[in-house]
Amino acid sequence: MTKVEAVIQTSKLDAVKDALHEIGVEGMTVLEARGHGRQKGHTEFYRGREYTVDLIPKIKIELVIADEMVEKTVQTIVTAARTGKIGDGKIFLSKVDDAIRIRNDERGDSAL
Amino acid sequence: MKSPWTKRFAVLLLLFGLAPVAGFAWMPVGTGSSVAAALIAPHIQIDRLTAVERAVADAKGSADNSWMLASSALVLLMTGPGLALFYGGLVRRKNVLSTMMQSFAMMAVITVIWAIVGYSLAFGSGNSFIGGLHNLFLRGVGTQPDPDYAATIPAQTYMIFQLMFAIITPALITGAFAERMKFSAMLLFLTLWSLLVYDPMAHMVWGKGGLLNASLGGRFPTLDFAGGTVVHITSGVSALVCALYLGKRLGYPNEPMPPHSVVISFIGACLLWVGWFGFNAGSALSAGGLATSAFVATHFGAAAAVVGWTVAEWIRRGKPSALGAISGAVAGLVAITPASGFVSPMSALAIGLIAGAVCFWMTSSFKAFFGYDDSLDAFGVHGAGGTVGAVLTGVFASSFINPIFKDANGNALPSGAIQGNYHQVLNQLTGVAIAWVMAIVGTLIILKLVDLVVGLRVEEEDEAQGLDLTQHGEEGYSWDTSS
Repeated sequence: MTKVEAVIQTSKLDAVKDALHEIGVEGMTVLEARGHGRQKGHTEFYRGREYTVDLIPKIKIELVIADEMVEKTVQTIVTAARTGKIGDGKIFLSKVDDAIRIRNDERGDSAL
Repeated sequence: MKSPWTKRFAVLLLLFGLAPVAGFAWMPVGTGSSVAAALIAPHIQIDRLTAVERAVADAKGSADNSWMLASSALVLLMTGPGLALFYGGLVRRKNVLSTMMQSFAMMAVITVIWAIVGYSLAFGSGNSFIGGLHNLFLRGVGTQPDPDYAATIPAQTYMIFQLMFAIITPALITGAFAERMKFSAMLLFLTLWSLLVYDPMAHMVWGKGGLLNASLGGRFPTLDFAGGTVVHITSGVSALVCALYLGKRLGYPNEPMPPHSVVISFIGACLLWVGWFGFNAGSALSAGGLATSAFVATHFGAAAAVVGWTVAEWIRRGKPSALGAISGAVAGLVAITPASGFVSPMSALAIGLIAGAVCFWMTSSFKAFFGYDDSLDAFGVHGAGGTVGAVLTGVFASSFINPIFKDANGNALPSGAIQGNYHQVLNQLTGVAIAWVMAIVGTLIILKLVDLVVGLRVEEEDEAQGLDLTQHGEEGYSWDTSS
């Protein structure tokens, strides 16, 4: 089992979600996050004072999927989320020890 | 107003001129010709004349009183929720309730103080500087008019109208020490401030025998129609003193502290604009042409100031901000306050335009240069705007709008500099100077006292956690829970 963490542009959430559903990935957790890689922020003005906002709103999608599906999933996300500009985001992969379905105690791949 | 001869002449006129009317009234009773009826019962004519006089006075009083009560409500709206929202949106989310609570507390506390002693100190008979205790517990303040102040409305209407001013003035100061003042210290400080700074200043400008009273023969007649000196300069300058005495917020100016909701401030500012019609046009104390004049001047001043501030910001920063626009409106309203019942509509536009640009500069360059933390720009908008407005009142006041100065024969004298009365600008500066001095001295003394008794600032950890939680045990928005 592999955990896929994808930080993407907020405007790409619907596209990525739909693309994942199409390849059969149903389970996911979506978080609202803030951050940056090399992307610059912007400045705002309030009453003559300048504020630099460098933590940019992002969406983070977390999936745990069977190892056979990983490459296809990564490609799907990349294709759906890419704009070609700085700020597109990143995907991280890590190993997962186990998964348990709370409803009925199922474990392993069948719990995904 | 009426001499005994006027009344006698009127009676004679009635006997001969209105006899047919009397006859018409008698006809349903069927007692004969109108002329005969008039000659038979002249005392009936006098009774009816008195009744007509009374009815006209009642009607006039009703019009004035309804406008004045509506105005009083509008001015209260300016504090709650106008100012509460305007200030509330400008602070960080963790302090929104405490900021709103400071304005709301004034609505409650100042009312009680005013009722007991405040009104008496401000508007009771006393000397040039302060009223007395004659109207303690509002003794003598009933439904009969007090002709010195407003001859056509009940004295209680005047009292309650003035109360709304007494409420909002200390509430304005809270903008300077937002996000770091103890609630208990704020209550004590503003109560004392209301008694020791506001009441004397109000008395001097508006009270019987007041030193600066332009309509009741003060020595240095300062034209202040609705409170540019009494409300805005005193609160604005006191705000600066507070900001300097209390010191900057933790993390200021390096840590970003943008407004948590310009939307909320926007709503507050619009409520202030509309409410201000009560503040200025209500200060006409009647529902006639002067109220209209003040209403128009108020609106024009606000609008022109939006333009002034926005243009200045657009040039300086490259973008016109919503916060700037609404701040401009408030600056214009502040500046037009002393001038509202004295200037023409075109003069109002000029005053607004100037105030908008000046206050923009005060809240950006000036403030940044000196580095004080007047958190919500109470000094930059109210102190500076009020000073500019008070001085410009001396420039633009016109007897054609309001013949406030008269000679011994009752002819109107020039009011302001545009009519050649340059001396009025000096009088305005006198009033401004007195307001500044009272604000500075009074505030320093009271701050020191309250600091010794209660302590002014919250602890550093409390300030970091937020005043809503630490002073009031609440959160403004419960968005973290899923329900």
